[in-house]
Amino acid sequence: MTPRRKRMIAVAAIVIGVGAATAVALQAFQENIMYFYSPSQVTAGEAPDGRAFRLGGLVTAGSVERTPGDIEVRFTVTDNAMSIPVSYSGLLPDLFREGQGVIAHGRLDSSRGVFVADEVLAKHDENYMPPEVAETLHTPQASGGAS
Amino acid sequence: MIPELGHFALILALLLAAAQAIFGLVGASRGNVAWMRAAQPAVTGQWVFLSLSFGVLVWSFIQFDFSVRYVATTSNSLLPLFYRIAAAWGGHEGSLLLWGLMLATWSVAVAAFSRSMPLPYKSRVLGVLGLVSVGFLTFMLFTSSPFERLVPAVPDGNDLNPLLQDVALAIHPPMLYLGYVGFSVAFAFACATLIEGRLDVAWARWARPWTLAAWLCLTIGITLGSWWAYYELGWGGYWFWDPVENASFMPWLMGTALIHSLAVTEKRGLFKSWTLLLAVGCFSLSLLGTFLVRSGVLVSVHAFATDPARGLFILAFLVAVIGGALALYTWRAPALKSEAGFELASREAFLLFNNALLVAATGLILLGTLYPLVMDAMELGKISVGPPYFGKAFLIPMVPLVLLMAVGMHAIWKRSRLGPVMNLLWILLGAAVALALFVTLVVYEEFHFMGLVGFTVGFWLLGSAMVEPIKRFGGWRTLPAGFWGMTTAHVGVALFAIGVTGVESYRIEKDISLGIGETTVLEGYEFRFEGTKNVQGPNYRAIEGTVLITRDGKQVTTLHPQKRFYASGGNPMTEAGIHGRLRRDLFVALGEDLGAGKWSMRVQYKPLIRLIWLGALFMAFGAAVSAMDRRYRARSKVSAAVMTGHAAGEAAR
Repeated sequence: MTPRRKRMIAVAAIVIGVGAATAVALQAFQENIMYFYSPSQVTAGEAPDGRAFRLGGLVTAGSVERTPGDIEVRFTVTDNAMSIPVSYSGLLPDLFREGQGVIAHGRLDSSRGVFVADEVLAKHDENYMPPEVAETLHTPQASGGAS
Repeated sequence: MIPELGHFALILALLLAAAQAIFGLVGASRGNVAWMRAAQPAVTGQWVFLSLSFGVLVWSFIQFDFSVRYVATTSNSLLPLFYRIAAAWGGHEGSLLLWGLMLATWSVAVAAFSRSMPLPYKSRVLGVLGLVSVGFLTFMLFTSSPFERLVPAVPDGNDLNPLLQDVALAIHPPMLYLGYVGFSVAFAFACATLIEGRLDVAWARWARPWTLAAWLCLTIGITLGSWWAYYELGWGGYWFWDPVENASFMPWLMGTALIHSLAVTEKRGLFKSWTLLLAVGCFSLSLLGTFLVRSGVLVSVHAFATDPARGLFILAFLVAVIGGALALYTWRAPALKSEAGFELASREAFLLFNNALLVAATGLILLGTLYPLVMDAMELGKISVGPPYFGKAFLIPMVPLVLLMAVGMHAIWKRSRLGPVMNLLWILLGAAVALALFVTLVVYEEFHFMGLVGFTVGFWLLGSAMVEPIKRFGGWRTLPAGFWGMTTAHVGVALFAIGVTGVESYRIEKDISLGIGETTVLEGYEFRFEGTKNVQGPNYRAIEGTVLITRDGKQVTTLHPQKRFYASGGNPMTEAGIHGRLRRDLFVALGEDLGAGKWSMRVQYKPLIRLIWLGALFMAFGAAVSAMDRRYRARSKVSAAVMTGHAAGEAAR
């Protein structure tokens, strides 16, 4: 093989390699994009079925319940217009409180009508509201308006 | 009165920074020696006043001066002295002041240790640093002065975020900033080179130790942050691909590319314009990181401010710096041509692959970090890119990078002549595969494809890095420090790869409910919950759990995870219990009282996690060793004579 041909083969190998790598990376990107939905959007059926997404809103006051001794916790997330029941088995973040903003990652179990969360994130300090949540909240007067 | 002194010192520092920029840049372009000489005292003066200003801020913290707004928001009368000092950079304003002080410190160091450089070049470097400093100090004075008074003063402060009350986190920001800001030195060298249109590569030799030092600080800063997140956040993870973490990781990756590319430019005079571009890119990413973290665009523990004026200012600054530098680059860089050629398996070629892969990795992370922000800004929907993307995408350039590293270390400049080393490397690869199979199948008793790949590349790199030191056994003294630095850093990469592979392939994580006396078993370790009690700390009270861990009936350790409630109110905090060994970590975090005498608990088994931080420390140590190479000092003495002559000639023009 001449050095020239060797170089051609090396360049071709690199091009193929880079192409394949880009394809894999873009696919990983596609698979891991998570959309954010508010309870109203979920109720309206806008959220995907069977695909993970983020649900955000306020933890409805008085909605947190669990069977004593059981790790599973149930609560509802509301945007002051609609609310969605959430089920989660795991440690809740330190800042999780009723009436406070929360974002849950998970999937909708449409047979039960429950959002099964695999991760629950709360705000980072007591003055903070996640911007996604803040924008989708319906004030009592303006309920029903588009988010 | 004293806080006003700090504010005044800050204004003086800004004026001196402006003087430094003008004397440095204009003096050099006019060839006015007196002006160029004047840049240096301006640097020193700026540093003195910034230190004074910072000292005043720390003093206000020590003295509980709650009439200063910043002190009142980030400190508290119960806060211990150590954290009161650390609280000085625990918020937005103070950390900016620290940023400015770090920049001045690097500038003073450059001014002091760069006697070998020709005067016009040096004053241009100082001038560019002055410009950066002017930008930051203006930002601080106009949007976020730490000395703003609170009228009326409050009797007690808000407290430092309890998450930040931790030793590692007290050191994490200064180290990270030293790294971020340190890249401004490489940036200033690159700009000065472009302004002068220098065709030679002496600048690469001058810039190398500085870049290594900045990279070292950034490495340690990121490692501390990761270590802190591991034991303080209560999740038991070492990296979350959080946008703020990515913001520090991107300059690190590009900085890694830069230190390698500088080597090629210095030794072979190649990649000239590419290296300059990397230096600009590296500092731009540092600024982008600052923008992302400080503008309130991102939301996390790091984002203190959500003031749009601040975000806008940093954005404008970012555009000015990147735009200005890139314009300079497009104007000057075409003149820089690299003449020499090289062969496919030469050291240059391997370093070219290294750069391509590192920049690709940076790009993939940048995509995942900025895409959601762009989508949101264009109102195309609120999305987030999940950590699995980063985990997968990052491996794509990293596996080939480590494989090429194992071979590339043995390549020589200019020619493809791997020859006999290659045979040895093939044997080592075989041994690495065998060892990796043994570790996955026998030690962890479960086949895991990525585990096999990860262990193989890690072991292979480790073996490959050992080849030269073993071959030269006895003749170690003749090897230059640069070689030892490289070897140490590459061993660090190998340890890091092995650590990540172990954790990602074989970790066990469980969130469970445990009653008193109940047990759960992870990898042969039996965790028994013995109950909780109340304990009292200096400025918090806590509920402390007791978890007894046994293995085969023998006691391993007793862990005491805590749930802390700080006296100043606010958030409860999780303080995990960790039993660490090189081989594995056992991690327990206490959740909450579930009723019926049970508590929720997070128990984890983390194999090899310590190797991740150990590997990172090896990398940092390698950089330190390399930066101390005699070459940078010895040659600079020789060149000093030449350069002063050159400078005198140029100044006379």
